[in-house]
Amino acid sequence: MSSRSPTPPQEPTPSRLVGSLAVAGFLSGLIIIGIYVATLDTITENKARELREAVFRVLPEVTQMQKLQYDGERVVLKENGKDDENTLYAGYDDKGNLAGYALASDGPGFQDTIRVLFGYQPANNKVVGMWVLESRETPGLGDKIYKDAAFVTNFDNLSTEPPIVTVKRGTRSRANEVDAITGATISSKAVVRIINQGVEKWHQRLPLPGNEPQLKSEGRT
Amino acid sequence: MATLSNKMNAYDEMLKGIWRDNPVFVQVLGMCPMLAVTNSAVNAIAMGLATFFVLVSSSFLVSGMKAIIPKQVRISIYVIIIATFVTVADYTLLALFPAVHKELGAFIPLIVANCMILGRQEAFASKHSVKFAVMDAVGMAGGFLLAMFALGSVREILGEGKLFGISLFGENFEPWVIMILPPGGFITLGLLLLLFNWVGERRKQFLAQVAAVD
Amino acid sequence: MDDLIWIFISALLVNNFVLAYFLGLCPFLGVSGKLETSFRLGLATTFVLIITAICSWFLNTYVLTHAPYLRLISFIVVIASTVQFIEMAIKKLSPALFQSLGIFLPLITTNCAILGLAIFATNRGYGFWEGLIFALGAGAGFTLAMVLMAGMREETGINEVPALVRGTAFNLIIAGILSMAFMGFAGLFSST
Repeated sequence: MSSRSPTPPQEPTPSRLVGSLAVAGFLSGLIIIGIYVATLDTITENKARELREAVFRVLPEVTQMQKLQYDGERVVLKENGKDDENTLYAGYDDKGNLAGYALASDGPGFQDTIRVLFGYQPANNKVVGMWVLESRETPGLGDKIYKDAAFVTNFDNLSTEPPIVTVKRGTRSRANEVDAITGATISSKAVVRIINQGVEKWHQRLPLPGNEPQLKSEGRT
Repeated sequence: MATLSNKMNAYDEMLKGIWRDNPVFVQVLGMCPMLAVTNSAVNAIAMGLATFFVLVSSSFLVSGMKAIIPKQVRISIYVIIIATFVTVADYTLLALFPAVHKELGAFIPLIVANCMILGRQEAFASKHSVKFAVMDAVGMAGGFLLAMFALGSVREILGEGKLFGISLFGENFEPWVIMILPPGGFITLGLLLLLFNWVGERRKQFLAQVAAVD
Repeated sequence: MDDLIWIFISALLVNNFVLAYFLGLCPFLGVSGKLETSFRLGLATTFVLIITAICSWFLNTYVLTHAPYLRLISFIVVIASTVQFIEMAIKKLSPALFQSLGIFLPLITTNCAILGLAIFATNRGYGFWEGLIFALGAGAGFTLAMVLMAGMREETGINEVPALVRGTAFNLIIAGILSMAFMGFAGLFSST
């Protein structure tokens, strides 16, 4: 409480100023690294769980999954390492039969990048489910791409041959049409465009029927 | 200063932030997070609590170390302290409440740029004892939290017909979507400020009348 | 090329920093009383935004790839000190420019639009040119919002507004209407 006292008689030297800044920076670095290390496991675990749940959501009747990686020529089992844009997830039913692939794709939405995961069955050119992994679309309008159940179920059985198109809500009549959300046409179109791009990117890469990767027993996660 | 500090009471320090010097309604500080994340009551409270944590911890540290912080570089050191606590809050939220973190997204780091926090360090914490600094921070952050909650709940009730995700009006209510969009934020805050001014004015008139009768 | 144009238009109109993201509100509400000052502040902010974009790109590409947790603190420290340094340089080299921009520079560094730009550009994974165009668009958008606001405030300053309403409450409502008008620019997107 003894403030308002005149400035201390001797000015601190520049080295003391730099020193105290350095000490402050060092301590703050230590604290930040501490909290990062302390939370890292939980955060990684949360992300992995979120992704697993998303895979089970976009692929119906799937009970097991494994991670795969496209190495430039073919799709192989992914043992470890970070997920990147060439990672995909295969879902299997109780008996270990392949039920479809979960593919991630992203692109610009109305406000920011939208990242979606969609279930795909290459054998019959079908999208069987869609889940938004990341989006910062306008709350109240654009966020309906994941909050509006009616919009999400559009993608439960959708033909991708010819490519998916959006139509005005309630006018959906063909197998490749999606009812757009009223008031969020831009975000709806963005989701469709992102999925079309994903299909285009992945369709040729996926293994032919009869050649699918087998479920490794310990690959079960 | 000495005469003032004699009269100073820790509770007064706390209460002034909530009403008389409310950081949002009276000082008009910290507008950016105020408007950006108050589209629902839950988001508003989460942001308010994160700000609460950062402000109280920074005030505690700054007032505790005021003797050893050189005057010339004090602002830089305050900023480093604040940024550290914001990073701590960011990672803690990400680990414990990933869903909330997703909604608030880029606006958590922006707590650093909330002028209210730096302002309290410079104007109060650096000049007072730890006890008063913490009380002041609790009051200011509490006032901020209340204002956030007021704005968030009004916008959620009108914009979605819900509060904390629970539907209030039933099926027939047509939500005013504009309220949760950016313009709704500006207009709601403007109207709340107006209300605050009006109540303050009425109170002044009332006190004047009482004084006149006496 | 198309992408760059979209980034610019999006930051300028559709997702205007002030009117859609609420960034940089302090100067928007505090300094927008006069048209002339607002315009200059807008220019100075654009200048700082461009420097920020370059700094944050550099930090992201060369320093922070292995330590993302230090992002926030290094952004703040580096941006603040760079701006301070440039301010000193301008003062030395061109006193005239310093007269018109310089006094605003320290104020701008604590403006949340600056940090917001760095964080948004990082989250969206912008490269060097994308970041630069984003900064240019955001700065132009900020200037536009400031100038519009100042124009309206000069205009309403002459009118009779009840004393109770005058001040921030009134300005916020004007900003709300402006923001509503800017929402109309969303239509630019649906043509694609």
